[in-house]
Amino acid sequence: MNLVFNFPAFTVLISLLCSGIGFAINDKRKARVLSTCLFCACFVMNLCTLIYCVKNGPFTYMMGHYPAPWGNEIRAGVGEALIACFFNVIIALCVNGGYSELLNDVDERKIKLYFVMVNLINASLMALVYTNDIFTGYVFIEICTIASAGILMIHEIGRTMLAATRYMIFSLLGSGLFLIGVILLYDITGHLLMPNILEAVGTLWASGEYHLPLLVVICLISMGIAIKSGMFPFHFWMPDTYGVATPSSSGILSGIISKGYIFLLIKIIFRCFGTDVFYASGINDVLFVCGVCGMIFGSIDAIKENNINRMTAFSSAAQIGYIYMGIGLSPTLGVTAAVFHILTHAVTKPLLFLANGKLALASGREKKFLGLRGAGLRNRVAGVAFTFGALSMVGIPGFMGFISKLLFAQAAVGGSLHMAVTIIALAVSTILNTMYFLRTVITLFTAEGWDNPGNVRVFIRQQPGFAVAAICFMAINVVIGMHSQPIITLIERGLAAL
Amino acid sequence: MMKNNKESKFLRWLNGEDLLIDTKNEEPPVYDPEAANPYQYETEAHTLRKVDKAERRVFSRVYLALSVLLVLFLSAVLLLTVSNLPRYGSAEAPVNNEVSERYIEEGLEETGATNLVAGMILDYRAFDTLGESHVLFTGICAVMILLLTARKDSKKQLRHQDEEALYDVTCDPIVRIMAFFLMPCLLLFGIYVLLNGHLSPGGGFSGGAILGAAFILYSMAFGFEKTERFLNEKTIKVISCCSLGFYVVAKSYSFFTGANHLPSIISPGTPGAILSAGIIMPLNVAVGMVVACTMYSIFSFFKRGTV
Repeated sequence: MNLVFNFPAFTVLISLLCSGIGFAINDKRKARVLSTCLFCACFVMNLCTLIYCVKNGPFTYMMGHYPAPWGNEIRAGVGEALIACFFNVIIALCVNGGYSELLNDVDERKIKLYFVMVNLINASLMALVYTNDIFTGYVFIEICTIASAGILMIHEIGRTMLAATRYMIFSLLGSGLFLIGVILLYDITGHLLMPNILEAVGTLWASGEYHLPLLVVICLISMGIAIKSGMFPFHFWMPDTYGVATPSSSGILSGIISKGYIFLLIKIIFRCFGTDVFYASGINDVLFVCGVCGMIFGSIDAIKENNINRMTAFSSAAQIGYIYMGIGLSPTLGVTAAVFHILTHAVTKPLLFLANGKLALASGREKKFLGLRGAGLRNRVAGVAFTFGALSMVGIPGFMGFISKLLFAQAAVGGSLHMAVTIIALAVSTILNTMYFLRTVITLFTAEGWDNPGNVRVFIRQQPGFAVAAICFMAINVVIGMHSQPIITLIERGLAAL
Repeated sequence: MMKNNKESKFLRWLNGEDLLIDTKNEEPPVYDPEAANPYQYETEAHTLRKVDKAERRVFSRVYLALSVLLVLFLSAVLLLTVSNLPRYGSAEAPVNNEVSERYIEEGLEETGATNLVAGMILDYRAFDTLGESHVLFTGICAVMILLLTARKDSKKQLRHQDEEALYDVTCDPIVRIMAFFLMPCLLLFGIYVLLNGHLSPGGGFSGGAILGAAFILYSMAFGFEKTERFLNEKTIKVISCCSLGFYVVAKSYSFFTGANHLPSIISPGTPGAILSAGIIMPLNVAVGMVVACTMYSIFSFFKRGTV
C-alpha cells in the first residue's frame, strides 16, 4: 500500500499529538514553533494527497483493523485535499501574522494554551474535511466548537466574555440540531457510514417510507450547520465574535472554522443525502433564500457600522450568504461557485482582520472610523493589505472575489426564477460592498487626524510576521485571481468524485 | 437646502463622523467613576431610548408570542417525526442490520472484550473515542483559559481564601469522618471499574468519573493543601499528557498496522482473562486518567482559579 494513503489520517493524529505536547511544554516560543511546524507538515502531506488524488482518483482509508461499516473510515479526494491544503496555509499565516497582537492581548501564561487550541482546531478541521463517517464528523465538530470558543475568550476584556457566551449558545444550538439529525438518520437508515447512508436514503426516498423523518433530518442537519456557520437569520453572533477577538482568532474563526462546517455540509449533501434527494426536498430553496437575504442584510448592517472590525464581521455574514446561495442554486455549477467562494473568503477575510488589528494599533487602538483617518498612511503595509482585501471582496477583476462572483452568475444562468434573483442580488450586494469597503479605504488614506496622541507610524521592520502573512495572502489572492482555471478544474473534479 | 444637508451628511459618513443610517442601538454609556453620580448618564441616546419604551414593549410582546408559536410548531414537527420512526426494539428496524450483527456475533472473538460496548468504542470505532477523549482535553484547556486567574502567592488569592473559609466544609467533622471512610472504597471501586472495563460494565469514562469524584470529595473534606500533595498542577499535567500521548500513539500504531495490513503485536488474548482484549485495558486506564484529571481540575478551577 502506498504511503500517501496514510497522510490524511496522519494529519489528524499528529495534530492531536502536538496539542498534547504543546500543553506539556511551558515556553510560548517553542509552542509557536511547534504549531507552525505542524501546519507545514500537514500542508506537505495534504499536498502529496492532492497530487496523488489528481493522478489516481479518490481513496478510502480504514482507521484500524476493521473494514468500513464496522470500523471508522476516512476518505480523501481532490476536493478534500485541496480544501485541507488551503486550511493549513491560512491557519499558519493567521497565527504567525497576528502573533504580536496575540502577545499583547493575551495573558502571558495562556499563550501556550492558545497554540494548543489552534492545534486542536487544525486536527478537527482535517477530520471534518476527510471524514467518511457522519458521527466522526460530529465528534470533531464538538472539539472545534469548544476550541473556537477558547480562542475567542482568551482575549480577556468584558466584551469577549459576552461574545463567547453568545457564540457558545448559537454554536451549541447548531451542534444539538446536527446531533439530533444524525440520530434520526441512524434510526431510519441503520448506518453512520456515508456511502451506506446514501444508498439507504435513495431507497427510502424512492419508496416513500419514512418520508417525514427523512425530510426533518435533512432540515435539521442543514440548519444545524447553517447556524454554526452564521447563515442570515442566525448571524447576530458574528459582529461581537469576530469584532472583539484578537486578530488571529478573528481570522481563524471567520476564515476557516465556519468554512470547515460548510464543507462538511457539502460533503453530507453529496455523500449522504445525494444531490437528487437534497435538491428535490426543497431545503435547498430555504438555503437559497436565506443566502440571498444574508447577502443584502449583512451588507446593510455593515454600512451602518462605525467600527472597522464589526463592519468586516458583518461583511462576513454577507459572504456566508453568497456561499449558501451557491449551495441552494444547483448541485454542479452552484456548489462549484460556493466552494470557490469558500476559498476566496478564507483567503481574504483573515487578511482584512489582521490588517484591521495593525491599523488600530497605528491609531492608538482606536477602531472607530473617525480615529482611523490616515491609518493607511501611518501603517502602509496594513493599508495596502486592507485595500487589497477590500478590492477582492468587492469583486474587482484580477482578484479572487471577481472569479467567484463570475461563477455565481454563470451558475444562475438556466434556472428562470433563480437567475433573476441571483443576478439582482449579486448586483445589489456588490454595490453595497463597494459602498462600505471603498468608504473605509478612503477613510484610511485621508491625510487627517495626525493630532491624536495615540497615532504612531508603524514601519515594515516592526512587523515582519504580519508583513510576510499579508504578502502571502495578497499573492495567493492575485495569483489565483489571474489563473483561476486550474483551481476551478480541481474543484469540479473533486465535486464530481464526491 | 435639503440636498445640501444630505450631501454634507454623506461627507460626514465618509469621514466616519456620522452614521449613514441612524441606528437605535447606540453605544452603551461609559461608566465614569469621577462624575458626581457615576451611574447617572443622561445622553442623547438615553432620552431617545425613553421615547422608544412603548414601541419596545409592543415589540417584546410580539416577539414573545412569535417565539412561543415557533417553539410549539417545532415541538409538534419533532413529535410527529418521532411517532413516524421505526418502533423501538422491533426486529424489522433498519438499525438491526449487518453492522450490529457483526458487533454482537463476532465482537467477542475479534476484540477479545467480554464487554461488547468497550470492544465497540475502543476497538471497532476507536477513532471516534480518540476524538471524544480530546473533547475532554479541549474542555480542560478552555476552562483554564476562562478561569486561570489566581497566582498562589498573590494577596488577592489569600483574601479570597479567608472569605471562602466561612462557607467551607473542611472543618465539618461529619464530612471529614465520612470522607475518611469513603475515600478508600471510592478509589478501590474506581480502579476496579477501570481495570475491568473490558470484562464487565464500566470502562474509562465511568471509572474516571468515580476517581474524579473521589478526589473532589477528598479536597472538599480535607482542603486543597492535602490534595496537592499527590495531585498538583504538575502531576495533573504529566498524567493527562502522558495518557493522551499514549492513547494517540497506541491507536496510531493500531490504525497504521490495520490499514496497511501489517502484522500487529496486539492480540485479543483469552476472552475473560484480566490481561486480554489487546490494548483495550490500557486504553481504558488512559481514558480514565484523563477523565479523573479533567473532573478534578475543572472543580478546582471553579473553586479557586488554579489547580
